[in-house]
Formats: sequence, structure tokens, C-alpha cells
Amino acid sequence: MNNSLLVVVLASGVAYGTPLLYASLGEVLAERSGVLNLGVEGMMLVGAVMGFWAVQRVHAATGVSLALAIGVAAIAGIAMAAIHAFLVITLRASQIVSGLALTIFAGAAGLSSYLGNDLNLADNPARHHFDAIFPSSMQHWSIVGPILFGQSLLVYASWICVVAVSLYLSRTRPGLNVRAVGEAPASADAMGINVTRYRYGHTLAGGAFAGVAGATFTLSITPQWTSGITGGAGWIAIALVIFAFWRPALCLVGAYFFGALQALSPQLQAREIHLGPTELWTNSLPYVMTVVVLVFVSASGARRRLGAPASLGLPYVREER
Amino acid sequence: MRIERRLRQPRWLLVAVPAGSLVFAFFASGLVLLATGHDALRSYRQIFDAAFLNSGALGQTLTQATPLAFTGLAAAAAFRMRLFNIGAEGQLFMGAVTADAAGLYLGGHGWPHALVIAAMVVAGCAGGAAWALIPGVLRAFFKTNEIITSLMLNYVAAYVMTYLIFNTESYWRQTTGFNASVFPTSKTLPNAAWWPAANIFPLGGGIAILAAVLIWFLYTRTRFGFEAQVLGDSPRAARYAGIRTRRKILAVMAISGAVAGVGGASQVGDFSHQLDADPNGLQKQYYGYTGIVVAALARYNPLAVVVVAFLIGALQNAGNTLQGADFPSGLVGVMQGIILFSALGGELLVRYRVRVGRALPAPEAA
Repeated sequence: MNNSLLVVVLASGVAYGTPLLYASLGEVLAERSGVLNLGVEGMMLVGAVMGFWAVQRVHAATGVSLALAIGVAAIAGIAMAAIHAFLVITLRASQIVSGLALTIFAGAAGLSSYLGNDLNLADNPARHHFDAIFPSSMQHWSIVGPILFGQSLLVYASWICVVAVSLYLSRTRPGLNVRAVGEAPASADAMGINVTRYRYGHTLAGGAFAGVAGATFTLSITPQWTSGITGGAGWIAIALVIFAFWRPALCLVGAYFFGALQALSPQLQAREIHLGPTELWTNSLPYVMTVVVLVFVSASGARRRLGAPASLGLPYVREER
Repeated sequence: MRIERRLRQPRWLLVAVPAGSLVFAFFASGLVLLATGHDALRSYRQIFDAAFLNSGALGQTLTQATPLAFTGLAAAAAFRMRLFNIGAEGQLFMGAVTADAAGLYLGGHGWPHALVIAAMVVAGCAGGAAWALIPGVLRAFFKTNEIITSLMLNYVAAYVMTYLIFNTESYWRQTTGFNASVFPTSKTLPNAAWWPAANIFPLGGGIAILAAVLIWFLYTRTRFGFEAQVLGDSPRAARYAGIRTRRKILAVMAISGAVAGVGGASQVGDFSHQLDADPNGLQKQYYGYTGIVVAALARYNPLAVVVVAFLIGALQNAGNTLQGADFPSGLVGVMQGIILFSALGGELLVRYRVRVGRALPAPEAA
């Protein structure tokens, strides 16, 4: 039962989907405040390398060093996001170019690789990593065992984050304010909301989530460091935000769906099931579906209810409102 | 200190800011190097030698600069109209696929050299333009944001290209011979489809310069360019003036994609002579994304794109050559990033004037 294709794919879909989920939650926060950050891949990689560095260098009990590593990864992500925030919020630079610049700066051929090399991190397994936390008897329960109880702490923590971000955006005053800032910064400013502060705060929060997402790779999925370990997950996370209509709960569904697609192709191959060009369609489906969803969202009726924050990508300059 | 908009942008600033960002980037990356215990001057010396002086270095730099000139022009042509086509990467792949097919077919059927090359250029244009028209049509008819769609299609194009060689017995794939049975490869182009080079200067480089001049002419000297500019600056004004918005969007996306597609054709014809579908080959060079760096640094001026492409190509080449040895890996990406960050920050100085010491009396916070 637990070796059936569906259960295996769903279980690894949850595992592979978790970094996508963290990164997309962060991107939802940033985009809801009106800041598009295409640098997710770069922020994730720097988070991944710094988180891994922390776990290798800190000599402490497993729990302590893992907690520290997650903290370091989040800080690294924040530091990367701060560059983007300064350029696009304070200096009013193009969000698209700045985000791409961040990915080039921090990405697989940039800072993350530089740090990994300089800190001698390659070719060693992680000294501690996140394991399944439930007893193995529970993991053997049929169907729900592997999917729900065979996961690491990072997976369960991500569920708490989904609830927290969701409640924050819909039920708290700062959450409502940030949505106002993303939709109509001039009105928000007139209401006395500090647009700059909100945008900085949420861009940096997005960086923290991306950093943790990167560390999910190096501390849980494949507990080691190789350059470019995220393999494009940052871009899927950006797609996921659109796929989820900028809503945290839908991010969870989408992340596991995209994660399951990633797990599907090797599983089908291992079981010698042939469904046409498997690798081609499992790999490209997330991107194609995002394009389809985007077309759907841009239809005028859906745009207002489901669409992107109205001022996404636009700098706010008080003097020019 | 306060910031106010410049009414006129002085010409010298348009050159001084990119130049200043290059200098600043070398300074900042030098600090990074020093902070991590490297000898910055020695690393720079290594970069300079590997980019220009070592034997064969200049040719390698041109090899890197040529695709960057094409993708840079593709980005410049679209970004000028505020159409953010960041799909040059995928359009280059698609141009390579179609141009390779044309070269294999016509070259194999004994067509004359010049005609095969011309056909490859046309096929590359068509492939790139067709791929760019997907986001173009979606933008023109459904108002779908072209940034994300063109970005997503990059990945689809890469997977399609890999699929053509690795998972099928397609027209592009080599199916006979010993090597083909060990590892999937693509067919090598017949000699008639190899592009000639003038000494070390590839034909693609010449085409890129020609394309730059044509795009410059199109945008500064023709009605089409003027209308595209109006549409970019103010879509509403363009509509009131009766400019056909949809048609312009489609045309600009097609031009942008076609230029990137010729870049793909040049990859195949000038350099690799086969379809490089290996995910660790062409796709690891990120020509499409780096092209946006080039275009932004050139402030979307097509003629400047060629110059900047040469400089960034030199840096890219140095990074490739020095990989592994005692050269800090990832330094080139860090430098490119810092160059771009400072160029973006410098834009503020071009568009706005920063006045110091005449701050308005700040209103007391209640």
C-alpha cells in the first residue's frame, strides 16, 4: 500500500513542495506590499549555503545547531532582500532588472558559489539534518503514514507559517495595511500608513522565508552543499505565487502539486510506466500551468477579485502621486 | 537632503553613470575579495589576462560577447517600449533549434554556402519570433503580464530542447555511430552550414552589429520607433493619438524574439555546429538573463549594447576560463551583480537631482 505510486509521489511531493511553499509564502508577502522580487532563486541559494555553513561550524546539540542554522539562513535571505529593497524602494530602480540582478549576484554563478567555495562546504554531508519526527510505527500506517507522519519538522512548521501568514493578511491591522499599500499606495499614504516602511518590512520578510526555503534543501532534502542546489525552485516559487492567486492557503496546495510533479517523473521511470514524454511534461507543466492561470487571471472579471496587487512592480513616489 | 526630478538629463551623465558603476563595482568586489582573504589585484590581473591578453583569449571573449550582443539587443528593443520580455533565453534556444534544422536539411541537400547561412538566419529569426509571440499575443489580446509568461517559457524551451536530444530520436539527434550509442548527442552540421569568421571575428558578431544599427535606426529615425516610444512612455496618450497598440506590441515582441533567435542561429552556426541541448552546456551560460544586464547597463541604447556586450563577454570569458584553478569561483557573478546594482542605483542620479543642505523644514510628527 505504502509503496503504491500515489502514496510515494504524494509523500515526496510534500517534501519537495516544502521549499516551494516557504519561498512562495515570502514572495506573497513581498508582492502583496507591491514589491516584485525576481531574486528568489538567489536568496534561496545564499540561505542554503549559509544555513549549511552554520550547521557545519556550530558545535552544539542537534536541535540547537539546526535552530541556529535556520536563523542564519533567514538572516542571509534578509541581507540579500535588503539590497533589492534599497534599490527598488529607496532608489526607485526597476524591480524586474533589480530582481534579476539579485539572482545573478547571489545565484549559482555568484555569491552562493563563492561562499560555498571559500568556506569549503562542498563534498561533506551535513553534520545534523532534519529527520522525520514521528515514531516509525506511525510512519508505517497505511497511506497517511508516509504522507503526513513521515515528514521533517520543517514541513510541520511550514503549515504553521501558512496559517500565520493567512491570518496576518486577512485578520490583522498590519495585514490589511500591507494589502492597501500593495493595491493603492497613494491612498494608504493618505491614511497615514508608512508605505516605505511596509514595503521594506515585507520585502525583508520575503527574504527570510526564501532563506529558510533554501536551507530546507541543504538541511533536509539533500543534506549537503553543491553549487546551484535549488535547481530553479526559486522560479517555480514565483510561478506558484501567481498560480495561488497571491493567497497563502492556495500556495500550500500548489506547492505540493508542483512538488508531486517533480517526484512523478523518476517514479514513473523506476516503475517503467510510459506516459508519453514524461520528463518533458512533468518538468514543464508547472510553467505551462502558470501561464494558463495568468491568462485566466488577466481576464477583466477575475482580475479584480483574484488578480495581482494593483501596484505590483510600481515604485511609489509621494511627490508624483 | 532631498531628491527632485531633473527636467533635462545632461548628456555627460549618460556616459558617466555606467562608467562610474563599472569602477564602483571593481572597488566593491575588491572589498569582498579582501574581506575573504584573497589578493584582489592579483584576481583582477588574472581576469584581465584571461579576457584579453592570453593566447586565444580575445577570440574566446568574442565568442562570449556575440550571444550577449544578441540577447542584449533583444532586451533593449523590448524594454525601450516598456515591454519586459525576459524570455530572450528561451527565444535563443528556439532560434538555435530552428536554425539547426535548417542547416542540417539544406546543408545536407547541397545548397550553396551563402544560401544555407541566409536560411539559417531566417529560420533563427522565425523560431525566436514565434516563441516571443506567445507572450506577445497573450499580452496584446488578454493583457497578460509578459514578464512572468516570457520567463516561464524560458524553462519550457529549455526542456523542449533537452527533450529533442535526450529522450527522442528526433531529426536533431545523432542516431548512428559509436558515440551516439554511449551518450545522446545531436547531429553535427554539414560544412556548408558552418558560418565563416574573419580571422577571430565571428560572422554572428558582424550580424549583431548590423542588427544594432538597424534597431537604432528603427527606434530613432522612423515613425514606427516614435510610435513605439510614445506607447512605452504613455499608453493612454498613444491610444488617443490613434496608435495601434496591439499591432505595436506584437511587432516589438517579434523583433525582440527574432534578434534573440538569430543569437541562437549564431550559436549553432558560428560556434557549436550542433544543437547544444546539454543542461550543463548552453543552458548554464544564462545568455538571456545576462543580456538583460547588458541592455540595462547600456541604458537600452542598441549601439551601446554592442560595446557593453564586449565588456561583459570579456568578464564572462574570464570566469569560464579561470574556473577551478586558484581563482575564487562565483566572483564573476558577484561582479556582474554589483555592476548592475550600481548602474541601477546610478539611474537615480540621471533622472533625479540630489540636493544637499536645503532640506525643507520637516513637519513635526504628531
